[in-house]
This record gives sequence, C-alpha cells and structure tokens, in this order.
Amino acid sequence: MLEVKCLKLTLNGKPIINGLNLEVKEAKIHGLLGMNGAGKTSLANLIMGISYPDEGSIIFEERDVTRCTISERAKMGLTLAWQEPARFEGLSIREYLRLNKNLSLSEVENYLWTVGLPPGEYLDRAVDANLSGGERKRVELASVLAMKPKVAILDEPDSGIDVVSLPHIMNGITEMSKQGSAVLLITHSEEAVGVAEEVSIICAGKIINSGPPKEMCRWFKNNCQTCNHIGKPSYKGV
Amino acid sequence: MLVVKEYESLLEAYGKAGGNLDALENREVGNLVIHKNKVLSVNEADGIKVKTEETKSGVNIYFLVEEGVKIKYPVHLCFGVLPQEGLQEITLKVEAQDNSEVNVIAHCIFPNAVDVTHKMDADIKIGDNARFSYRETHYHGEFGGIKVIPKAKIRVGKKGVWESTFTLIEGCVGMLDYDFEIFGGEKSTSELLVKVFGKKEDDIRITEKIHLDGKEARGLAKSRLVLIDNAKAVVRGETYGNAPFARGHVDCLEIVNGDGVIASAIPVVYVSDRQAKVTHEAAIGSVDKKQMQTLMARGLNEEEAVDVIVKGILR
Repeated sequence: MLEVKCLKLTLNGKPIINGLNLEVKEAKIHGLLGMNGAGKTSLANLIMGISYPDEGSIIFEERDVTRCTISERAKMGLTLAWQEPARFEGLSIREYLRLNKNLSLSEVENYLWTVGLPPGEYLDRAVDANLSGGERKRVELASVLAMKPKVAILDEPDSGIDVVSLPHIMNGITEMSKQGSAVLLITHSEEAVGVAEEVSIICAGKIINSGPPKEMCRWFKNNCQTCNHIGKPSYKGV
Repeated sequence: MLVVKEYESLLEAYGKAGGNLDALENREVGNLVIHKNKVLSVNEADGIKVKTEETKSGVNIYFLVEEGVKIKYPVHLCFGVLPQEGLQEITLKVEAQDNSEVNVIAHCIFPNAVDVTHKMDADIKIGDNARFSYRETHYHGEFGGIKVIPKAKIRVGKKGVWESTFTLIEGCVGMLDYDFEIFGGEKSTSELLVKVFGKKEDDIRITEKIHLDGKEARGLAKSRLVLIDNAKAVVRGETYGNAPFARGHVDCLEIVNGDGVIASAIPVVYVSDRQAKVTHEAAIGSVDKKQMQTLMARGLNEEEAVDVIVKGILR
C-alpha cells in the first residue's frame, strides 16, 4: 500500500532521514516507535509532501508520489494528522468534518461519537483555541475517519492529552483500521503501539528493527536511549 | 408616491443584502428605515422610543430603551443610499436605561455607490446593568466609490454590557474610517469586533479604543481583516486599564494576500493602575502555512484551502 525506499533528507548538513525503508500494509496498523529527534515527524512530513526528500522514493499504491503535492496525495487517499493540529477561527467542527465529502449529519455524528465527543455539544463549536488539546486531537482523528483514507499517518495522537481522551483516541485508531484504512501510528508510547500489528523502531533517521509490538516494545525499552543525532543509530550495543 | 417607490427599492436591496423583510412588517418588532435623509419607516416596539428629525444631509435619531425593559425581538435598522451619488449623515443618540436589554441589527446598503458618503456620529449611553448588542453589516457595490465614516462614543455603566460587531465583507469597502471609543464603568463588559474584507484600492482605517475606567471593567478590542489586491489598512487597537482589576485585551489579525497590499497594526496597551492588566496580540501575514497544509491534507487544493480559512476568519 505504502512503501518508502532509501529515503534521505539532510538539513543544514545534518542527516535527518538516512536511507530509511518502510512498508505499511493495507488496512493494518503499523507502529513507529522512536525517541525524540529520531526523525519520526520528518518522515511523516516527507510521506505527506510537506517537505521533499533529497533521495529515495515514496510509492503509494504502486505509484511514485515522491514529488506529488500535499493535495495530490490527499486526493489519492493519503492523509496526516499532525502532532499539534492547526486551529481555525470560524470553522465549525461540523464543517471541518465535511471539508471534502458530502457526509450526512448522522455520519458526522457517528465519527464524533467514535472519538467520545457528544455531537450535541461539539458539532457547532469552532475548531479554534477554545478546544482543549485533547478535544482538538479527537476532532482531528474524527476528521481523518471522515475522510476514509487509504493510509492515515498519525503523528503522536496520544501525546500531551489527558487520561480521559486517551481511550477515545485509541478507539478512533482501531476504528480507522476496521473501516479499511492503513495507519502509520507514530509515537513514543509503548502503550499506544499495543494496537498495532507490526512495529518498527526508528533511530537517527533509520529503521533499526521491526517486528511484533510486544517484542519491539521490549527491545525499545532495553536498547533505545537518547539519540545523538549524528546520522548513526546509538542504541545500546552499537 | 415617490416615497413609496423609494421605500420599495430600499426594501428590495435590503432583502438582497440578507435583511429580514418579515421583521420590518411585524408590528412587534422595532424598526427604522432611512434612505438618504428620509425616514421611510419607524416602528417603536414596546419599551423603545424613537424620535427622528430629517436634516438637509441626513437624519438625527434619538433611540431610547426604557428602564428595566428587555426587548424580546431584535430591533432592525436599515440605512441606505441607492443612487450612485449622495451624502448621508446620521447623528445617533442612544440611551439604554438601567437594567434594559436589546439586540440591534443594522444593515447599511450602498449597492450602486460611485460617489457616496455615509457618516454616522453616535453618542451612546448604556445604563447600569443594561445590555446592548449592536451588529452592523454593510453591503457595498463593486465600484468602491464610497466613504464610510462611523464614529461612536459609548459610555457603559456599572455592570453594563456593550457588544458590537461591524462587518464589511460584501462588495468593495471604498474608504472606511471606523472610530469607536468606549468608556467602561465598574464591572462593565465591552467588546468591539470589526471584520473587513479589503480589495482593489480600498483604504481602511480602524480605531478601537477602550478605556477601562471602573473597577473590574473588562474590554476586548478585536479586529479581523483580509486584504487582497492593492488594499491598504491601518488598525489601531487601544486599551487603557485605569482602575483596579480592570482587564483588557487587543487582538488584531490581518491576512494579506496581494502584491500591492499594505497592512499595519498599532496596538496600544496602557495601564495607569498597578492592579490593572492589559494584553495584546497582533498578527499580519499571509495565510497560515500549517492551516493550509492541514486543509490540503484533507484533499482541498490551495485555492479552496485559502477560501475556507478566509471565510472562517471573516465569519
């Protein structure tokens, strides 16, 4: 479904993504675990077309999308939920969820229920600064669900949110998979990757290990340490 | 006969501009319709007194909301100049007596203006514990040949509330010189909001001033502008914290999207009491990159994304 091949990105002479390979399979949740600065968000940005790589390719449904724009990728069925979602004055949650689809009101309401937001309270609220961080992230997840993408990249949907929001976020992610979307779940939470079928560990812009969630969580816990960002993995034993 | 025709023409323009025609016919709803210097309709709802005096170039209006009366339906005002040329000077004296409450919706209609001037000079007194909400929406034509000069001095009494929104997003602004100044009493709340979409050669000057003179007075001076083509705008947002625990905020956002646009924001925050606090935020720039990327990641193209953001800001 989504294949990243030998991707490289250098910023100010520093390798950020360093020959990275990754495959996300259809309707599966693929976890991506990594320490701060490992290159997780940079990878998400490259896949979505926010930035472009120096080398390598991004293949989506057998088509090379490496140089496609954000809109082009989105129209093909690729989307991204940001770690810190943007806020919009004057745009209601109802409108935000219907941005590019003629969804019925009941569909919009269902997506809000999925992430634990009662529609009666939230439909007409604006996607602005008055939403809490947890509410905003849940709205973001609902908007991704409403888009029914083929692949959704979720950049740390579980970070910086309250304990009440977390189960709703996790419910939204599993629903996404149930409705047929593949998910690249970027996180540094071992708990969050528990919903994934496969997990890869990223360090210094490279995938250094992949496997089942439990095994990878154990490996991450035992081996990973703060990366020194020199383009070379610095986990224990290397 | 001529007046009837004038009234019908203005009503037609008012309806096209989104005005509520039913409200103008409902005897329970207060209204005032003025074309150039002619008063075409007045309806005083219970609790409201309206006196008008036609002058050579406009109308003097005295508008009273009686003490303790909460007006059930919004009062509708309509000011317009339909010909291509004309001068309309409105002098407005408003008194909302203690414990009264009213919502006023004003439509200002100048669809054919080539050389039209609309001036409003308002002296407004909001009594103790009274609440006055004023929404003014302008509908201009595409020629830009209009000067709009609304000026108001508003005194808000103890625990009184003043909320106003001035919206000019339909048609060309022309020249706008908006100047509202509020003096807020103890525990009063004052909010000024201006939303303008400037285009072509529009020349926009906005001044929002709030003096927080009473203890625990609250004030917000907010403006939202979108400027394209060669539009120019200067926004002054001034808030003065002059009493203990007064709290004020100035919030200005100007989105610029045109090679000839010139935009400036001048926030003034002033405190003369050590227990007062006044803050400000001002941002001028192109459409926010992250907002654009977010909308594009949902499948909108660049133009559609800008449209969604701009409409939201001006809503």
